[in-house]
Amino acid sequence: MPYTTILFYVLAFITVVSAVVVVFNKNVIHSAFSLFFALFAVSGIFVLLRADFIAITQIMIYVGGILILLLFGVMLTTKITDIELRSKNLNTIPGIIFTVGIISILVFIITSTKWHVKAPVVNEETVSQIGKMLLTNYLLPFEIASIVLLVALIGSAMFARRIKD
Amino acid sequence: MLELNYFLVLSALLFSIGVVGVLVRRNAMIIFMCIELMLNAINISLVAFSSFLGNDSGQIFVFFVLTVAAAEAAVGLAIVISLFRNKESLDIDKINILKW
Repeated sequence: MPYTTILFYVLAFITVVSAVVVVFNKNVIHSAFSLFFALFAVSGIFVLLRADFIAITQIMIYVGGILILLLFGVMLTTKITDIELRSKNLNTIPGIIFTVGIISILVFIITSTKWHVKAPVVNEETVSQIGKMLLTNYLLPFEIASIVLLVALIGSAMFARRIKD
Repeated sequence: MLELNYFLVLSALLFSIGVVGVLVRRNAMIIFMCIELMLNAINISLVAFSSFLGNDSGQIFVFFVLTVAAAEAAVGLAIVISLFRNKESLDIDKINILKW
């Protein structure tokens, strides 16, 4: 077995196990830290797919930004010393049955479709390609994304502020 | 040799785990994390398709997904915090003002 395959299995195992821990752990803080491992393993999978820039962006934005924000949210909204940190489940059995249905449908579709695959090119770095595409073909979505970020920033600041009366 | 199917099945698994989290858990923060998991699953399949087609356009879409995820995290956390301020709870079964 080539070493990339072994690496893929290891990363996939880490991702799936951490994701399961995120979902089924009773403690919200443990879920947040488990999400950290899942996001790191996903970035390793991006490296396996020769998407180096995406992998670094994944670490910077998800691990460095969104996860920290989530941890802030957890810390702000739970009384750390209380048992409030634990949360209960509901409808576990129907939810899992529904999800197994989704998994089987998706895996059936994936394995039965004849995907149009080219021989993977051992390409040069992707950074220059992505930069060129962002400023030529995808310039309008790029600008709209910046507007989305600005609006979200203003909106969340307005929401989270305590309203004085 | 790694094939496209491996990555797609991994993506499907991760997405389904996110779905079961949203369905089963009642804590708003956990539901948040599960949404992030689902977005990550979509990113894996986008990058896998882009890599196996030899076309970098798929990676651009990952950037837009990342942008929307960041915006969603910021706005969602603001909503969660102001909900917590009013309700003193994150149990989404207790947040039912809009339900009659």
